[in-house]
Amino acid sequence: MRQLVLLKDIPDLTEITIDNERRPKIEGVKTKISDLDKRALEAAIQAKDKVGGEIAVLSMGDEKTKTALLEALAMGADSAYMIIEQMLRGVDANATSIVLEAAVRKIGDYDVVICGEMSLDSLSSQIGPRLAELLDIPQITYVKEFELSEGKVKAVRDLETADMVAEASLPAVITVVREINEPRIPSLMNIMKAKRKPQTIWSLADLGLSSEDIEKISYVKIKDVKAPLVVRKQIKIEADSVEEAAKKLAAAIREEGVL
Amino acid sequence: MSILVFSEDKDLAYQLLSKAVELAAKMDIAVYALTSDYPQDYINQGAEKVLVSNLGEFSVEKYKAALLKSIEKSDSDIVLIGSTKQGKEIAARIAAALGVGCMSDCNRINYIDDEIIVEKLTYGGSTIARETSTSNPTIITVLPRSFDKLEPQERTGEIIELSYEAPETKVKVLERREKPKGGQDLDNANIIISAGRGFKKKEDLKLLEELSEALDGAAIGCTRPISADLGWMEEWVGISGKKVKPNLYITCGISGQIQHVAGIRESKIIVSINNDESAGIHGVSDYSIIGDVYEVIPALVKVLKEKT
Repeated sequence: MRQLVLLKDIPDLTEITIDNERRPKIEGVKTKISDLDKRALEAAIQAKDKVGGEIAVLSMGDEKTKTALLEALAMGADSAYMIIEQMLRGVDANATSIVLEAAVRKIGDYDVVICGEMSLDSLSSQIGPRLAELLDIPQITYVKEFELSEGKVKAVRDLETADMVAEASLPAVITVVREINEPRIPSLMNIMKAKRKPQTIWSLADLGLSSEDIEKISYVKIKDVKAPLVVRKQIKIEADSVEEAAKKLAAAIREEGVL
Repeated sequence: MSILVFSEDKDLAYQLLSKAVELAAKMDIAVYALTSDYPQDYINQGAEKVLVSNLGEFSVEKYKAALLKSIEKSDSDIVLIGSTKQGKEIAARIAAALGVGCMSDCNRINYIDDEIIVEKLTYGGSTIARETSTSNPTIITVLPRSFDKLEPQERTGEIIELSYEAPETKVKVLERREKPKGGQDLDNANIIISAGRGFKKKEDLKLLEELSEALDGAAIGCTRPISADLGWMEEWVGISGKKVKPNLYITCGISGQIQHVAGIRESKIIVSINNDESAGIHGVSDYSIIGDVYEVIPALVKVLKEKT
Protein backbone atom coordinates (compact mmCIF):
# COMPACT_ATOMS: atom_id res chain seq x y z
CA MET A 1 0.00 0.00 0.00
CA ARG A 2 1.50 3.32 -1.02
CA GLN A 3 -0.03 6.30 0.71
CA LEU A 4 0.57 9.85 -0.40
CA VAL A 5 -0.18 12.52 2.19
CA LEU A 6 -0.58 16.15 1.11
CA LEU A 7 0.77 18.63 3.62
CA LYS A 8 0.53 22.40 3.67
CA ASP A 9 2.83 24.42 5.86
CA ILE A 10 1.10 27.54 7.13
CA PRO A 11 2.14 30.38 9.43
CA ASP A 12 2.01 29.30 13.07
CA LEU A 13 -1.42 30.66 14.00
CA THR A 14 -0.43 31.23 17.60
CA GLU A 15 2.44 33.50 16.53
CA ILE A 16 0.45 35.84 14.31
CA THR A 17 0.05 39.28 15.86
CA ILE A 18 -2.29 42.07 14.79
CA ASP A 19 -0.90 45.57 14.19
CA ASN A 20 -2.57 48.93 14.86
CA GLU A 21 -4.30 48.89 11.52
CA ARG A 22 -5.77 45.45 12.28
CA ARG A 23 -3.45 43.75 9.81
CA PRO A 24 -1.98 40.38 10.74
CA LYS A 25 1.80 40.25 10.80
CA ILE A 26 2.71 37.15 8.84
CA GLU A 27 6.24 37.96 7.73
CA GLY A 28 8.90 36.36 9.86
CA VAL A 29 6.44 33.94 11.45
CA LYS A 30 7.72 30.38 11.12
CA THR A 31 5.53 27.88 9.35
CA LYS A 32 4.12 24.61 10.67
CA ILE A 33 2.19 21.78 9.06
CA SER A 34 -1.51 22.66 9.11
CA ASP A 35 -3.16 20.74 11.95
CA LEU A 36 -5.64 18.74 9.86
CA ASP A 37 -2.91 17.70 7.42
CA LYS A 38 -0.86 16.48 10.35
CA ARG A 39 -3.84 14.36 11.39
CA ALA A 40 -4.02 13.04 7.81
CA LEU A 41 -0.40 11.92 8.19
CA GLU A 42 -1.08 10.39 11.60
CA ALA A 43 -3.98 8.44 10.06
CA ALA A 44 -1.68 7.22 7.28
CA ILE A 45 0.92 6.08 9.83
CA GLN A 46 -1.75 4.17 11.77
CA ALA A 47 -3.01 2.59 8.54
CA LYS A 48 0.54 1.63 7.57
CA ASP A 49 0.92 -0.15 10.92
CA LYS A 50 -1.97 -2.38 9.87
CA VAL A 51 -1.49 -2.91 6.16
CA GLY A 52 2.19 -2.10 5.65
CA GLY A 53 3.62 -0.26 2.70
CA GLU A 54 5.09 3.19 2.43
CA ILE A 55 4.11 6.78 3.12
CA ALA A 56 5.32 9.66 1.01
CA VAL A 57 4.38 13.24 1.80
CA LEU A 58 3.94 15.92 -0.83
CA SER A 59 3.94 19.64 -0.31
CA MET A 60 4.42 22.84 -2.27
CA GLY A 61 5.79 26.05 -0.89
CA ASP A 62 8.93 28.07 -0.41
CA GLU A 63 12.18 27.63 1.51
CA LYS A 64 10.31 27.55 4.84
CA THR A 65 8.46 24.46 3.66
CA LYS A 66 11.64 22.39 3.73
CA THR A 67 12.04 22.95 7.46
CA ALA A 68 8.35 22.43 8.24
CA LEU A 69 8.28 19.13 6.35
CA LEU A 70 11.01 17.62 8.55
CA GLU A 71 8.36 17.19 11.23
CA ALA A 72 6.43 14.87 8.88
CA LEU A 73 9.50 12.73 8.32
CA ALA A 74 10.11 12.65 12.05
CA MET A 75 6.52 11.58 12.68
CA GLY A 76 6.90 8.58 10.39
CA ALA A 77 6.64 9.47 6.72
CA ASP A 78 9.19 7.51 4.67
CA SER A 79 9.98 10.14 2.08
CA ALA A 80 9.07 13.68 1.08
CA TYR A 81 8.43 15.43 -2.22
CA MET A 82 8.40 19.20 -2.33
CA ILE A 83 7.75 21.70 -5.07
CA ILE A 84 9.66 24.75 -3.98
CA GLU A 85 9.12 28.10 -5.66
CA GLN A 86 8.68 31.45 -3.96
CA MET A 87 5.53 32.37 -5.92
CA LEU A 88 3.71 29.23 -4.80
CA ARG A 89 3.07 30.61 -1.31
CA GLY A 90 0.34 32.93 -2.55
CA VAL A 91 -1.49 31.05 -5.31
CA ASP A 92 -5.15 30.05 -5.19
CA ALA A 93 -6.76 26.59 -4.92
CA ASN A 94 -7.12 26.24 -8.68
CA ALA A 95 -3.41 26.80 -9.30
CA THR A 96 -2.42 24.74 -6.25
CA SER A 97 -4.41 21.72 -7.34
CA ILE A 98 -2.95 21.85 -10.84
CA VAL A 99 0.61 21.94 -9.47
CA LEU A 100 -0.18 19.09 -7.06
CA GLU A 101 -1.84 17.07 -9.82
CA ALA A 102 1.34 17.33 -11.90
CA ALA A 103 3.42 16.22 -8.92
CA VAL A 104 1.12 13.30 -8.06
CA ARG A 105 1.26 12.13 -11.66
CA LYS A 106 5.04 12.40 -11.67
CA ILE A 107 5.25 10.36 -8.45
CA GLY A 108 2.88 8.02 -10.24
CA ASP A 109 2.73 5.04 -7.96
CA TYR A 110 0.15 5.58 -5.20
CA ASP A 111 -2.97 3.88 -3.84
CA VAL A 112 -4.43 6.65 -1.78
CA VAL A 113 -4.04 10.42 -1.46
CA ILE A 114 -4.87 11.79 1.99
CA CYS A 115 -5.11 15.39 3.25
CA GLY A 116 -6.93 17.53 5.79
CA GLU A 117 -10.43 18.62 4.76
CA MET A 118 -9.11 22.18 4.78
CA SER A 119 -5.97 24.08 5.64
CA LEU A 120 -6.33 26.30 8.66
CA ASP A 121 -4.97 29.44 6.99
CA SER A 122 -7.24 29.71 3.95
CA LEU A 123 -10.11 27.57 5.32
CA SER A 124 -11.34 26.65 1.89
CA SER A 125 -11.88 22.86 1.71
CA GLN A 126 -11.08 22.61 -1.99
CA ILE A 127 -7.82 20.76 -2.58
CA GLY A 128 -9.01 17.19 -1.90
CA PRO A 129 -12.07 17.32 -4.18
CA ARG A 130 -10.21 19.32 -6.82
CA LEU A 131 -7.47 16.68 -6.98
CA ALA A 132 -10.00 13.86 -7.17
CA GLU A 133 -11.56 15.63 -10.14
CA LEU A 134 -8.24 16.25 -11.88
CA LEU A 135 -6.98 12.72 -11.25
CA ASP A 136 -10.42 11.29 -12.08
CA ILE A 137 -10.53 9.06 -8.99
CA PRO A 138 -13.12 8.63 -6.20
CA GLN A 139 -13.17 11.05 -3.26
CA ILE A 140 -14.35 10.43 0.27
CA THR A 141 -14.44 13.69 2.22
CA TYR A 142 -14.81 14.60 5.93
CA VAL A 143 -13.52 11.22 7.08
CA LYS A 144 -13.16 10.47 10.79
CA GLU A 145 -12.22 6.79 10.45
CA PHE A 146 -10.99 4.67 7.56
CA GLU A 147 -9.70 1.23 6.74
CA LEU A 148 -7.53 0.30 3.78
CA SER A 149 -7.60 -3.14 2.26
CA GLU A 150 -6.61 -4.69 -1.05
CA GLY A 151 -7.83 -2.26 -3.70
CA LYS A 152 -10.43 -0.70 -1.41
CA VAL A 153 -11.06 1.95 1.22
CA LYS A 154 -13.95 1.93 3.65
CA ALA A 155 -14.50 5.14 5.58
CA VAL A 156 -16.82 6.81 8.05
CA ARG A 157 -17.74 10.33 6.96
CA ASP A 158 -18.66 12.94 9.55
CA LEU A 159 -21.55 14.88 8.01
CA GLU A 160 -23.79 17.50 9.62
CA THR A 161 -26.64 15.30 10.80
CA ALA A 162 -25.32 11.80 10.16
CA ASP A 163 -22.28 9.59 9.96
CA MET A 164 -22.05 7.92 6.58
CA VAL A 165 -20.15 4.72 5.92
CA ALA A 166 -18.82 4.75 2.38
CA GLU A 167 -16.63 2.56 0.25
CA ALA A 168 -14.57 3.22 -2.87
CA SER A 169 -12.01 1.45 -4.94
CA LEU A 170 -8.38 2.57 -4.90
CA PRO A 171 -6.76 4.80 -5.85
CA ALA A 172 -8.89 7.38 -4.08
CA VAL A 173 -8.67 10.74 -2.34
CA ILE A 174 -9.55 10.93 1.36
CA THR A 175 -9.93 14.17 3.32
CA VAL A 176 -9.98 13.99 7.11
CA VAL A 177 -11.62 15.94 9.93
CA ARG A 178 -10.13 16.87 13.29
CA GLU A 179 -11.90 14.04 15.10
CA ILE A 180 -9.90 11.35 13.30
CA ASN A 181 -7.01 11.27 15.78
CA GLU A 182 -4.49 13.13 17.91
CA PRO A 183 -1.24 13.40 15.96
CA ARG A 184 1.88 12.04 17.64
CA ILE A 185 4.74 14.20 18.79
CA PRO A 186 7.95 12.80 17.29
CA SER A 187 10.75 11.69 19.60
CA LEU A 188 14.08 13.44 19.58
CA MET A 189 15.64 10.34 18.07
CA ASN A 190 13.19 10.40 15.17
CA ILE A 191 13.76 14.11 14.68
CA MET A 192 17.47 13.39 14.26
CA LYS A 193 16.77 10.60 11.79
CA ALA A 194 14.32 12.67 9.75
CA LYS A 195 17.01 14.62 7.95
CA ARG A 196 18.44 11.43 6.51
CA LYS A 197 15.18 10.28 4.92
CA PRO A 198 14.86 10.74 1.15
CA GLN A 199 13.68 14.21 0.11
CA THR A 200 12.99 15.15 -3.48
CA ILE A 201 12.81 18.81 -4.36
CA TRP A 202 11.26 19.92 -7.61
CA SER A 203 10.86 23.27 -9.27
CA LEU A 204 7.81 24.07 -11.38
CA ALA A 205 9.97 23.48 -14.45
CA ASP A 206 10.63 19.91 -13.25
CA LEU A 207 6.87 19.36 -13.50
CA GLY A 208 6.67 20.92 -16.95
CA LEU A 209 5.05 24.05 -15.56
CA SER A 210 6.13 27.69 -15.37
CA SER A 211 5.45 30.43 -12.83
CA GLU A 212 3.85 32.53 -15.59
CA ASP A 213 1.37 29.77 -16.42
CA ILE A 214 0.56 29.18 -12.78
CA GLU A 215 0.15 32.89 -12.11
CA LYS A 216 -2.38 33.07 -14.96
CA ILE A 217 -4.60 30.34 -13.54
CA SER A 218 -4.47 31.61 -9.98
CA TYR A 219 -7.76 33.47 -10.24
CA VAL A 220 -8.66 34.28 -6.67
CA LYS A 221 -6.88 37.40 -5.43
CA ILE A 222 -6.79 38.55 -1.86
CA LYS A 223 -7.50 42.27 -1.65
CA ASP A 224 -6.75 42.63 2.03
CA VAL A 225 -6.77 40.71 5.29
CA LYS A 226 -7.77 42.34 8.54
CA ALA A 227 -8.73 41.34 12.03
CA PRO A 228 -12.39 42.15 12.59
CA LEU A 229 -13.20 45.42 14.21
CA VAL A 230 -14.36 44.78 17.75
CA VAL A 231 -17.33 47.00 18.40
CA ARG A 232 -18.34 45.66 21.76
CA LYS A 233 -19.17 47.86 24.71
CA GLN A 234 -16.67 46.12 27.00
CA ILE A 235 -18.47 47.23 30.14
CA LYS A 236 -17.16 45.60 33.30
CA ILE A 237 -19.88 45.33 35.89
CA GLU A 238 -18.57 46.69 39.18
CA ALA A 239 -20.30 45.60 42.36
CA ASP A 240 -19.59 44.87 46.00
CA SER A 241 -21.27 41.49 45.98
CA VAL A 242 -22.13 38.73 43.54
CA GLU A 243 -25.83 39.45 44.12
CA GLU A 244 -25.43 43.09 43.22
CA ALA A 245 -23.41 42.18 40.11
CA ALA A 246 -26.14 39.75 39.04
CA LYS A 247 -28.79 42.44 39.54
CA LYS A 248 -26.87 44.98 37.51
CA LEU A 249 -26.27 42.49 34.72
CA ALA A 250 -29.93 41.48 34.59
CA ALA A 251 -30.91 45.14 34.42
CA ALA A 252 -28.40 45.81 31.65
CA ILE A 253 -29.57 42.97 29.42
CA ARG A 254 -33.21 43.89 30.00
CA GLU A 255 -32.34 47.42 28.95
CA GLU A 256 -30.77 46.05 25.75
CA GLY A 257 -34.06 44.33 24.94
CA VAL A 258 -32.48 40.95 24.36
CA LEU A 259 -34.33 38.96 27.01
CA MET B 1 -25.19 35.95 -18.37
CA SER B 2 -26.57 34.97 -15.02
CA ILE B 3 -26.15 34.08 -11.39
CA LEU B 4 -26.95 30.44 -10.68
CA VAL B 5 -28.03 29.37 -7.20
CA PHE B 6 -27.93 25.88 -5.75
CA SER B 7 -28.22 24.31 -2.34
CA GLU B 8 -29.69 20.98 -1.35
CA ASP B 9 -30.89 22.84 1.75
CA LYS B 10 -33.96 24.69 0.57
CA ASP B 11 -33.88 27.42 3.19
CA LEU B 12 -30.23 28.12 2.41
CA ALA B 13 -31.05 28.22 -1.31
CA TYR B 14 -33.64 30.94 -0.58
CA GLN B 15 -31.06 32.94 1.40
CA LEU B 16 -28.71 32.75 -1.60
CA LEU B 17 -31.52 33.75 -3.95
CA SER B 18 -32.07 36.91 -1.95
CA LYS B 19 -28.42 37.90 -2.45
CA ALA B 20 -28.49 36.78 -6.09
CA VAL B 21 -31.46 39.08 -6.78
CA GLU B 22 -29.57 42.04 -5.32
CA LEU B 23 -26.35 41.31 -7.24
CA ALA B 24 -28.14 40.51 -10.49
CA ALA B 25 -29.96 43.85 -10.39
CA LYS B 26 -26.64 45.69 -10.12
CA MET B 27 -25.00 43.56 -12.80
CA ASP B 28 -28.09 43.53 -15.03
CA ILE B 29 -28.10 39.75 -15.45
CA ALA B 30 -30.60 36.94 -14.81
CA VAL B 31 -31.12 34.80 -11.70
CA TYR B 32 -31.30 31.02 -12.17
CA ALA B 33 -31.78 28.27 -9.64
CA LEU B 34 -31.36 24.51 -9.83
CA THR B 35 -33.70 22.29 -7.84
CA SER B 36 -35.18 18.81 -7.69
CA ASP B 37 -38.66 20.03 -6.86
CA TYR B 38 -41.02 22.90 -6.04
CA PRO B 39 -39.69 25.23 -8.77
CA GLN B 40 -42.52 27.71 -8.24
CA ASP B 41 -41.29 28.29 -4.67
CA TYR B 42 -37.89 29.28 -6.06
CA ILE B 43 -39.57 31.73 -8.42
CA ASN B 44 -41.54 33.18 -5.52
CA GLN B 45 -38.23 33.59 -3.68
CA GLY B 46 -36.65 35.56 -6.50
CA ALA B 47 -35.46 33.20 -9.24
CA GLU B 48 -36.38 34.18 -12.80
CA LYS B 49 -35.65 30.81 -14.33
CA VAL B 50 -35.60 27.50 -12.54
CA LEU B 51 -33.88 24.41 -13.87
CA VAL B 52 -35.58 21.27 -12.60
CA SER B 53 -34.09 17.83 -12.45
CA ASN B 54 -34.76 15.02 -10.06
CA LEU B 55 -31.31 14.84 -8.49
CA GLY B 56 -32.14 12.09 -6.00
CA GLU B 57 -29.67 10.67 -3.48
CA PHE B 58 -26.47 12.66 -3.27
CA SER B 59 -23.56 11.55 -5.36
CA VAL B 60 -20.63 13.78 -6.21
CA GLU B 61 -20.49 12.61 -9.80
CA LYS B 62 -24.22 13.01 -10.44
CA TYR B 63 -24.62 16.42 -8.76
CA LYS B 64 -21.49 17.64 -10.49
CA ALA B 65 -22.89 16.65 -13.87
CA ALA B 66 -26.21 18.40 -13.11
CA LEU B 67 -24.47 21.58 -12.03
CA LEU B 68 -22.10 21.65 -14.99
CA LYS B 69 -25.10 21.29 -17.29
CA SER B 70 -26.92 24.06 -15.41
CA ILE B 71 -23.93 26.39 -15.68
CA GLU B 72 -23.86 25.77 -19.41
CA LYS B 73 -27.63 26.27 -19.80
CA SER B 74 -27.73 29.45 -17.76
CA ASP B 75 -24.43 30.79 -19.10
CA SER B 76 -23.61 31.72 -15.53
CA ASP B 77 -20.95 34.20 -14.49
CA ILE B 78 -21.40 33.48 -10.82
CA VAL B 79 -22.49 30.27 -9.15
CA LEU B 80 -23.64 30.56 -5.53
CA ILE B 81 -23.63 27.27 -3.65
CA GLY B 82 -24.74 26.75 -0.05
CA SER B 83 -21.75 26.00 2.20
CA THR B 84 -22.82 22.69 3.60
CA LYS B 85 -20.22 19.91 3.62
CA GLN B 86 -21.87 18.44 0.54
CA GLY B 87 -22.13 21.85 -1.10
CA LYS B 88 -18.44 22.53 -0.56
CA GLU B 89 -17.28 19.29 -2.10
CA ILE B 90 -19.50 19.82 -5.13
CA ALA B 91 -18.31 23.42 -5.49
CA ALA B 92 -14.66 22.37 -5.50
CA ARG B 93 -15.38 19.58 -7.99
CA ILE B 94 -17.10 21.82 -10.51
CA ALA B 95 -14.46 24.51 -10.05
CA ALA B 96 -11.77 21.92 -10.87
CA ALA B 97 -13.77 20.51 -13.79
CA LEU B 98 -14.06 24.00 -15.27
CA GLY B 99 -10.60 25.09 -14.14
CA VAL B 100 -11.95 28.23 -12.45
CA GLY B 101 -11.68 30.08 -9.16
CA CYS B 102 -13.76 29.19 -6.14
CA MET B 103 -14.15 31.23 -2.95
CA SER B 104 -15.40 29.19 0.00
CA ASP B 105 -17.37 29.86 3.15
CA CYS B 106 -18.13 33.48 2.32
CA ASN B 107 -20.48 35.48 4.50
CA ARG B 108 -20.57 38.73 2.57
CA ILE B 109 -20.73 39.36 -1.17
CA ASN B 110 -20.72 42.76 -2.82
CA TYR B 111 -20.49 44.10 -6.34
CA ILE B 112 -18.19 47.11 -6.35
CA ASP B 113 -16.59 48.74 -9.41
CA ASP B 114 -17.33 45.79 -11.69
CA GLU B 115 -15.89 43.32 -9.23
CA ILE B 116 -17.50 40.72 -7.02
CA ILE B 117 -15.83 41.04 -3.63
CA VAL B 118 -16.44 38.45 -0.92
CA GLU B 119 -15.50 38.33 2.72
CA LYS B 120 -14.44 35.16 4.48
CA LEU B 121 -12.54 34.12 7.57
CA THR B 122 -8.88 33.17 7.28
CA TYR B 123 -5.99 32.26 9.60
CA GLY B 124 -7.97 29.97 11.83
CA GLY B 125 -10.79 32.50 12.06
CA SER B 126 -8.75 35.35 13.46
CA THR B 127 -8.94 37.51 10.35
CA ILE B 128 -11.33 38.41 7.57
CA ALA B 129 -10.04 38.37 4.00
CA ARG B 130 -11.64 40.32 1.17
CA GLU B 131 -11.22 38.35 -2.02
CA THR B 132 -12.17 38.58 -5.66
CA SER B 133 -11.85 36.18 -8.56
CA THR B 134 -11.04 36.94 -12.18
CA SER B 135 -12.33 33.71 -13.68
CA ASN B 136 -15.61 33.29 -15.50
CA PRO B 137 -17.56 31.67 -14.12
CA THR B 138 -16.55 32.02 -10.49
CA ILE B 139 -17.90 29.65 -7.87
CA ILE B 140 -18.77 31.02 -4.42
CA THR B 141 -19.90 28.95 -1.46
CA VAL B 142 -21.93 30.86 1.10
CA LEU B 143 -22.29 30.13 4.80
CA PRO B 144 -25.80 29.48 6.13
CA ARG B 145 -27.61 32.52 7.54
CA SER B 146 -25.30 35.04 5.92
CA PHE B 147 -28.29 36.63 4.15
CA ASP B 148 -31.98 36.97 4.97
CA LYS B 149 -34.30 35.35 2.50
CA LEU B 150 -36.90 37.51 0.76
CA GLU B 151 -40.57 37.51 1.67
CA PRO B 152 -42.10 35.06 -0.81
CA GLN B 153 -44.27 36.73 -3.45
CA GLU B 154 -46.49 35.25 -6.12
CA ARG B 155 -44.40 35.76 -9.22
CA THR B 156 -44.09 34.33 -12.68
CA GLY B 157 -40.94 32.83 -14.06
CA GLU B 158 -39.75 30.19 -16.41
CA ILE B 159 -39.47 26.53 -15.42
CA ILE B 160 -37.06 24.52 -17.53
CA GLU B 161 -36.63 20.74 -17.45
CA LEU B 162 -32.94 19.95 -17.19
CA SER B 163 -31.62 16.78 -18.72
CA TYR B 164 -28.08 15.59 -18.31
CA GLU B 165 -26.04 12.41 -18.48
CA ALA B 166 -25.67 11.00 -14.96
CA PRO B 167 -22.30 9.30 -14.75
CA GLU B 168 -21.66 6.26 -12.60
CA THR B 169 -21.17 6.89 -8.91
CA LYS B 170 -17.68 6.03 -7.70
CA VAL B 171 -18.42 5.93 -3.99
CA LYS B 172 -20.80 3.36 -2.55
CA VAL B 173 -22.78 4.34 0.54
CA LEU B 174 -22.98 1.34 2.87
CA GLU B 175 -24.75 2.84 5.82
CA ARG B 176 -26.11 6.10 7.14
CA ARG B 177 -26.28 6.57 10.91
CA GLU B 178 -28.29 9.58 11.99
CA LYS B 179 -26.56 11.51 14.77
CA PRO B 180 -28.52 11.81 18.00
CA LYS B 181 -30.17 15.20 18.19
CA GLY B 182 -28.65 17.19 21.03
CA GLY B 183 -31.94 18.97 21.60
CA GLN B 184 -30.11 22.29 21.44
CA ASP B 185 -31.23 24.38 18.52
CA LEU B 186 -28.18 26.63 18.40
CA ASP B 187 -29.02 27.78 14.87
CA ASN B 188 -32.27 29.46 15.76
CA ALA B 189 -31.91 30.28 19.44
CA ASN B 190 -32.52 33.84 20.61
CA ILE B 191 -30.42 33.26 23.69
CA ILE B 192 -27.46 30.92 24.02
CA ILE B 193 -25.54 30.27 27.22
CA SER B 194 -22.26 28.54 26.76
CA ALA B 195 -19.83 26.63 28.95
CA GLY B 196 -16.05 26.69 28.90
CA ARG B 197 -13.22 25.26 30.90
CA GLY B 198 -14.35 27.20 33.97
CA PHE B 199 -16.61 24.22 34.68
CA LYS B 200 -14.73 21.60 36.61
CA LYS B 201 -16.96 18.58 36.07
CA LYS B 202 -19.79 17.49 33.86
CA GLU B 203 -22.37 17.47 36.67
CA ASP B 204 -21.75 21.17 37.18
CA LEU B 205 -23.33 21.91 33.81
CA LYS B 206 -26.60 21.63 35.77
CA LEU B 207 -25.98 25.26 36.64
CA LEU B 208 -26.48 26.11 32.98
CA GLU B 209 -29.70 24.15 32.86
CA GLU B 210 -30.97 26.26 35.74
CA LEU B 211 -29.88 29.44 34.00
CA SER B 212 -31.50 28.24 30.78
CA GLU B 213 -34.75 27.73 32.62
CA ALA B 214 -34.56 31.18 34.16
CA LEU B 215 -34.11 32.54 30.63
CA ASP B 216 -37.22 30.77 29.31
CA GLY B 217 -35.34 27.89 27.74
CA ALA B 218 -32.14 29.37 26.34
CA ALA B 219 -30.09 26.98 24.22
CA ILE B 220 -26.96 25.59 25.84
CA GLY B 221 -23.68 25.49 23.98
CA CYS B 222 -20.03 25.05 24.86
CA THR B 223 -16.48 25.47 23.63
CA ARG B 224 -14.56 22.86 21.68
CA PRO B 225 -12.62 21.41 24.65
CA ILE B 226 -15.86 20.76 26.55
CA SER B 227 -17.30 18.85 23.60
CA ALA B 228 -14.48 17.39 21.53
CA ASP B 229 -11.96 16.74 24.31
CA LEU B 230 -14.14 16.05 27.35
CA GLY B 231 -17.23 14.78 25.53
CA TRP B 232 -19.62 16.52 27.92
CA MET B 233 -21.81 17.89 25.14
CA GLU B 234 -22.60 17.01 21.53
CA GLU B 235 -21.90 20.21 19.67
CA TRP B 236 -19.64 23.16 20.26
CA VAL B 237 -19.74 26.75 19.16
CA GLY B 238 -16.80 28.11 17.21
CA ILE B 239 -15.14 28.28 13.85
CA SER B 240 -14.84 24.48 13.64
CA GLY B 241 -18.27 23.89 15.14
CA LYS B 242 -21.46 25.92 15.07
CA LYS B 243 -21.36 29.55 14.07
CA VAL B 244 -24.18 31.26 15.92
CA LYS B 245 -25.93 34.61 15.95
CA PRO B 246 -28.36 34.88 18.84
CA ASN B 247 -29.59 38.15 20.33
CA LEU B 248 -27.85 37.30 23.56
CA TYR B 249 -24.81 35.06 24.04
CA ILE B 250 -23.64 34.45 27.59
CA THR B 251 -20.20 32.89 28.01
CA CYS B 252 -19.64 31.09 31.31
CA GLY B 253 -16.09 30.26 32.24
CA ILE B 254 -14.87 30.76 28.66
CA SER B 255 -11.40 32.27 28.18
CA GLY B 256 -12.00 33.57 24.66
CA GLN B 257 -9.89 31.51 22.29
CA ILE B 258 -9.96 33.11 18.86
CA GLN B 259 -11.64 30.02 17.35
CA HIS B 260 -14.55 30.32 19.74
CA VAL B 261 -14.86 34.08 19.39
CA ALA B 262 -14.95 33.77 15.60
CA GLY B 263 -18.07 31.64 15.95
CA ILE B 264 -20.02 34.11 18.13
CA ARG B 265 -19.06 37.34 16.41
CA GLU B 266 -22.49 37.88 14.91
CA SER B 267 -24.26 37.79 18.28
CA LYS B 268 -26.12 40.99 19.12
CA ILE B 269 -25.06 41.21 22.76
CA ILE B 270 -22.29 39.18 24.36
CA VAL B 271 -22.11 38.79 28.12
CA SER B 272 -19.21 37.08 29.86
CA ILE B 273 -18.75 35.57 33.27
CA ASN B 274 -15.16 34.67 34.01
CA ASN B 275 -13.09 35.01 37.16
CA ASP B 276 -9.90 35.83 35.29
CA GLU B 277 -9.82 39.57 34.76
CA SER B 278 -7.18 39.22 32.05
CA ALA B 279 -9.15 36.65 30.01
CA GLY B 280 -9.46 37.70 26.37
CA ILE B 281 -13.20 37.13 26.40
CA HIS B 282 -13.84 40.38 28.29
CA GLY B 283 -12.40 42.40 25.40
CA VAL B 284 -14.95 40.97 22.98
CA SER B 285 -17.96 41.25 25.30
CA ASP B 286 -20.52 43.96 25.88
CA TYR B 287 -20.91 43.19 29.57
CA SER B 288 -18.58 41.26 31.84
CA ILE B 289 -18.72 40.05 35.37
CA ILE B 290 -15.33 39.18 36.82
CA GLY B 291 -16.40 36.33 39.03
CA ASP B 292 -16.67 32.63 39.54
CA VAL B 293 -19.36 30.91 37.47
CA TYR B 294 -20.19 28.78 40.51
CA GLU B 295 -21.25 31.92 42.40
CA VAL B 296 -22.44 34.24 39.65
CA ILE B 297 -24.77 31.84 37.83
CA PRO B 298 -26.89 30.94 40.90
CA ALA B 299 -27.12 34.64 41.77
CA LEU B 300 -28.17 35.49 38.24
CA VAL B 301 -30.76 32.70 38.23
CA LYS B 302 -32.23 34.10 41.42
CA VAL B 303 -32.42 37.66 40.08
CA LEU B 304 -33.94 36.59 36.77
CA LYS B 305 -36.60 34.50 38.51
CA GLU B 306 -37.53 37.29 40.94
CA LYS B 307 -38.33 39.82 38.26
CA THR B 308 -40.64 37.62 36.22
